[in-house]
Amino acid sequence: MSEMMTETNHVNDHSLARSAPDDQVRFITKVPDRPRDMEPQTIVEPKISVRNLDFFYGSFRALKGNDLDIAANKVTAIIGPSGCGKSTHIRVYNRIYELYREQRASGEVILDGENILAPRYDLIKLRKKVGMIFQKPTPFPMTVFDNVAYGLKLHYKMSRGELNARVEKALRDAALWTEVKDKLNEPGTALSGGQQQRLVIARAIAVQPEVLLMDEPTSAIDPVATAKIEELVEQLKERYTIVIVTHNMQQAARISDYTAFFYEGEIVEFGPTRKIFTKPTKKQTEDYITGRFG
Amino acid sequence: MIERNAAPRKIVDLLVKVLSSFAAVIGIFFLGWILLVVVQKGSAAINWEFFTALPAPPGIEGGGVANAIFGTLIITIIATVLGVPIGALAGVYLSEFGRSTRFGALVRFNINVLMGVPSIIVGLFVYTMLVKPVQHFSGYAGAVSLAIIMLPVVARTTEDMLTLVPNALRESALALGAPRWKVTLNVVFRAAKSGMITGTLLAVARISGETAPLLFTALNSPFWPESLAQPMANLTVTIFNYAMSPFAGWQQIAWGASLIIMAAVLALNLLARVGMSGGRK
Repeated sequence: MSEMMTETNHVNDHSLARSAPDDQVRFITKVPDRPRDMEPQTIVEPKISVRNLDFFYGSFRALKGNDLDIAANKVTAIIGPSGCGKSTHIRVYNRIYELYREQRASGEVILDGENILAPRYDLIKLRKKVGMIFQKPTPFPMTVFDNVAYGLKLHYKMSRGELNARVEKALRDAALWTEVKDKLNEPGTALSGGQQQRLVIARAIAVQPEVLLMDEPTSAIDPVATAKIEELVEQLKERYTIVIVTHNMQQAARISDYTAFFYEGEIVEFGPTRKIFTKPTKKQTEDYITGRFG
Repeated sequence: MIERNAAPRKIVDLLVKVLSSFAAVIGIFFLGWILLVVVQKGSAAINWEFFTALPAPPGIEGGGVANAIFGTLIITIIATVLGVPIGALAGVYLSEFGRSTRFGALVRFNINVLMGVPSIIVGLFVYTMLVKPVQHFSGYAGAVSLAIIMLPVVARTTEDMLTLVPNALRESALALGAPRWKVTLNVVFRAAKSGMITGTLLAVARISGETAPLLFTALNSPFWPESLAQPMANLTVTIFNYAMSPFAGWQQIAWGASLIIMAAVLALNLLARVGMSGGRK
């Protein structure tokens, strides 16, 4: 049973050691009386465990007691109607919300056994480990090469030769190399939207993160470029833990292993993608995925 | 329901069009007039001696404003070196760190007030601070007063230009693990570069025509400056002194000096325009 497996896997997790056993059962589905005959799910050691996460924009509470486990080397999709807190949720994973004074989070986000929300957790270390791709492509106002080299130079010292090799590697991994290998000295902003988004992915994976957060990465680009990025996500999950926010349910169904359905700041349902899309246990989830609202 | 007659509306429309066009023409007309007169009268004074010689004593023909050109350049450069970094950093504070803080709002309000302070007041302030205590006028006092005038202009332009940079760019640089100062220097500044250069050039253009703050600080001098601690010749005070003098030769030189300043300010404005259109591409 999934609950049992998860529970055993979390025995050493200090956040869970403090909470009551029924809380642990709850976090998977938030449905205590869930039928026990669901298909077996194997959540291996979670890369990220979110516990009782609340988020505030000023006095507005945008996330309400989120509990979620993100499996390592899997793609977890976050779906839900606009304004339900999907982006807000993943923006906690790299504490990028701290750019804005009025935003704050409370609760715990455990990454590899450490609570990243602890004030003394090193932000630079966190962001090296957890890369992020945004909705609109954000190439920096510099050349294609310098865009990819930017993060590398921030975190590593290396020879020019190695830098060149690593930039090429990152661009190859982002399936962009063949398209830009003759344009390395052109401004990154001169590329097409889809290319820009892959450039940004190359920039993010160049620093060798362990987790990749993608905040609606294909909503601003055309279908062909979207297909390329989805293909890329499929390849990248071998090496990275991916959390992707998407408005597009077909996309979630196509590329993710797990899906969390958010509604009004709460995680209504979480489980293997196949199950969420075929046998959702909650009425709200079913209504949303069948297009009755949202 | 009776259909309204369209004729009165059309007449009002025409009237507004004519009046606003007329007002616009008046603006251009006076600029054109000033340009014309200054070029006409000034060009007569421009010759080799004008650029190379020191001012001649009253009553003696000829003489030039070489020392005043040099002095204006020096004072403007020092004022720029003092005013731009401080103004730009204040702008960075306002945009990047103090955007929604109380202190930021206080600073922004004060900078707006400083921008509105008449330049003669700035001149008097620097006079009491830097001239009175040492009992003599000086080039550096002139540079400081121009720097004070420049500071709020640069600060506000920098803030405006940095605020235009979308937060998505800051977020993606921060998300890569860049510290805030690197994000500002490497990414935000780069994105706002052309606007910031334009703002700086316009601020330089603004101070290069200032007279009142120099009257109480750098004053003027008929000689080459030997140090910054002495009264320093400059074009604007030269214009002020010579234009009011009864000597035809001096009045002629004042016109010539006016022409140089006007040409320089025009050139700076054009340069700023080019920078702006270059940045938009």
